[in-house]
Amino acid sequence: MSSDDKKSELGHGTTGHSWDGIEEWNNPLPRWWLWTFYVTIIWGVLFTIAYPAWPLISSATGGFLSYSTRANVDAEIAAVAERNAPLNERLVAIDLTTIRDDAELHGYAVNKGAAVFRANCSQCHGAGAAGVQASGYPSLLDDAWLWGGEIDQIAYTIRHGIRNEQDPDAHWSEMPAYGDIFTDEEISQVVHYALSLSDSPEHDPALASAGEQLWFDNCAACHGDEGMGMADLGAPNLTDAIWLYGGSLETVTETVTHSRFGIMPAWGLRLTDAEVAATAAYVHQLGGGQ
Amino acid sequence: MSTSEPPQLYAAREPVFPRRVSGRFRTLKWWIMGITLGIYYLTPWIRWDRGPNLPDQAVLVDLANRRFYFFWIEIWPHEFYFVAGLLIMAGLGLFLFTSALGRVWCGYACPQTVWTDLFILVERWIEGDRNARVRLWHAKWDARKVRLRLMKYLSWAVIGLATGGAWIFYFADAPTLLRDLVTLNARPVAYTTMAILTATTILFGGIAREQVCIYMCPWPRIQAAMMDPDTITIGYRDWRGEPRGKHRKAEGAEDLGDCIDCNACVNVCPMGIDIRNGQQMECITCGLCIDACDDIMDKVGKPRGLVGYFALTDEVRECGGEKPIPVWQHVLRPRTILYTTLWSGVGVALVFALFIRPEIDMTVSPIRNPTFVTMSDGTIRNTYDIRLRNKHGEARPFNITLYGDPQLRLAIEGTPYSSVEVPPDSTQLSRVYVMAPRGSDAAMLDRTEIRFWVEDLANGERVSKDSVFNGDAR
Repeated sequence: MSSDDKKSELGHGTTGHSWDGIEEWNNPLPRWWLWTFYVTIIWGVLFTIAYPAWPLISSATGGFLSYSTRANVDAEIAAVAERNAPLNERLVAIDLTTIRDDAELHGYAVNKGAAVFRANCSQCHGAGAAGVQASGYPSLLDDAWLWGGEIDQIAYTIRHGIRNEQDPDAHWSEMPAYGDIFTDEEISQVVHYALSLSDSPEHDPALASAGEQLWFDNCAACHGDEGMGMADLGAPNLTDAIWLYGGSLETVTETVTHSRFGIMPAWGLRLTDAEVAATAAYVHQLGGGQ
Repeated sequence: MSTSEPPQLYAAREPVFPRRVSGRFRTLKWWIMGITLGIYYLTPWIRWDRGPNLPDQAVLVDLANRRFYFFWIEIWPHEFYFVAGLLIMAGLGLFLFTSALGRVWCGYACPQTVWTDLFILVERWIEGDRNARVRLWHAKWDARKVRLRLMKYLSWAVIGLATGGAWIFYFADAPTLLRDLVTLNARPVAYTTMAILTATTILFGGIAREQVCIYMCPWPRIQAAMMDPDTITIGYRDWRGEPRGKHRKAEGAEDLGDCIDCNACVNVCPMGIDIRNGQQMECITCGLCIDACDDIMDKVGKPRGLVGYFALTDEVRECGGEKPIPVWQHVLRPRTILYTTLWSGVGVALVFALFIRPEIDMTVSPIRNPTFVTMSDGTIRNTYDIRLRNKHGEARPFNITLYGDPQLRLAIEGTPYSSVEVPPDSTQLSRVYVMAPRGSDAAMLDRTEIRFWVEDLANGERVSKDSVFNGDAR
């Protein structure tokens, strides 16, 4: 190879690498490219000094700029809270039954209530508010309400809860466990009578009529003579298509024998007044509000 | 390896001082520079009346409200495929031009080339032409050099500021933003963006220049792969020029080729290369060496075109004494026809899509958690989230109706009516209930097909969406 061939177009020869006679031209990079590499290293070191970087046993170095994403989020949340403060005041002051007339406030309440619901209520009632029948968590989408489905009744239930010891104003009612009072035969009769109220295909008319007197003596006081229930006592309507724990012969027998004791926390002790009102507005517009 | 010294892997940057040149391609480049810079700087200031509640800027990327306005076209985020289509067309267009005419994009239209040209022009006004600039480069740092360099960088800074400034005008109402910028009321992101783009403009167009093309840009590598022997590109007709040499009467000039080795082509090259070494990765085919050489050929009384545009296949013909074939025969070949077909196909599809896109936009999302709700009277209810878009400047009422099983009833949450009013230029979510009475077919079947019809009560336009009603099949 002549010395002329040793020159590449840029005149820097070869790198000296040679494989089976195939050589590699040397095309040197401008040195400033190397400097940018060093600059990135310096930048990286400075970055770890300025910002949180090095992990320690239980935390990390804080950095000279005291930057913290957590503090940023706190500041953003505080800013949003400040921006929403007038809306929250209106939400607390307003008569909830008229909230739909104020489209802006209602829209705010529904969105706020949805967020509160997701964080606090969905664990039992489900993300879609459909409830869990097997556990007796009621669906909030239908038009059957144990303690009333008007918006202020919903707000009361959210605020004070059901059968909890924390709030003296909590809804409270208790159905006796008739397994301790009735014989098995009597339970069977009264269950068939209860199922007859909604014309369940499982009910036996003969057993049902045998249970009629037991019903009027023991059940009608809360559930009503017609079995329509009583919202003030949380006594469910037994004539409709909705069963909190299920409407099969087996489940209703279980309910009558052992009773049920569904509880709900008093959310007024944990949430702000505005959050309670917002959650009520959200639940009320899910499709079953009255 | 014959030498023991390891080769240097880094070298100092060779400064490039392109000389002023005039000619056909330089004139063409001045025109393209004027037009492209004009489009870039002036577009945000074009006004376009869209009626009340809508911006009156012809070209606007409204990030906050997620809208893109282009004259009479308004693109919403769900129509982003238009942007994707335009990018595909840009890519195919680049393939087409590269396979036909080599790196014309690099040489004439690339922003890096256009701005570098502008920066070199300013540099020449302030520091003088090539020789003066070379002298200044080597000169000691005296008052004059400091003054010239300061003036140059200041002028570059003004151009950079205008460039970065024009960019942000595409994202907000330009007159308002300019007033806010001057009165220091604009948002910090506006100043930050401007500062970054000002810095990168000066860095790329003023300082880095050809280094961007050679070391940073991937296009030279990709475009080299797009060319073939029929691609028309810039080259040196060495069969005519060689052996090169100064034409002195005494030394038997008749033995020499047409190249007088005057280095004019090298001196004007903004990339700092010698086109006579053949096709090189660095060459952006800007055509300035052609202008420089033609000028010299005129002066020495030789025909033009020693450096010129030609295809490699013509090189073979010309060397063999044949005439080159016409340009259109080079350009028109299967590859370029295919690119043109693809490009036009995408373009026609986009225009078609633009004309058939519905005025009413409706999406229906069935709520599947739960799939149905049993009401106390045994009615089975399904819930649907219906989003309606109103693209007009005023609020519009939309009527929602149901088509399918006549036993099904429809209700809209929060209103006893079957119509909803959607505010101007926005999307509204309505919760719609569909109910099947106890014992009806739809209540007991697993699935029932249904169709929602929406009518714009303002102009009677209708659009429909199919969905499914879930019953209690247990």
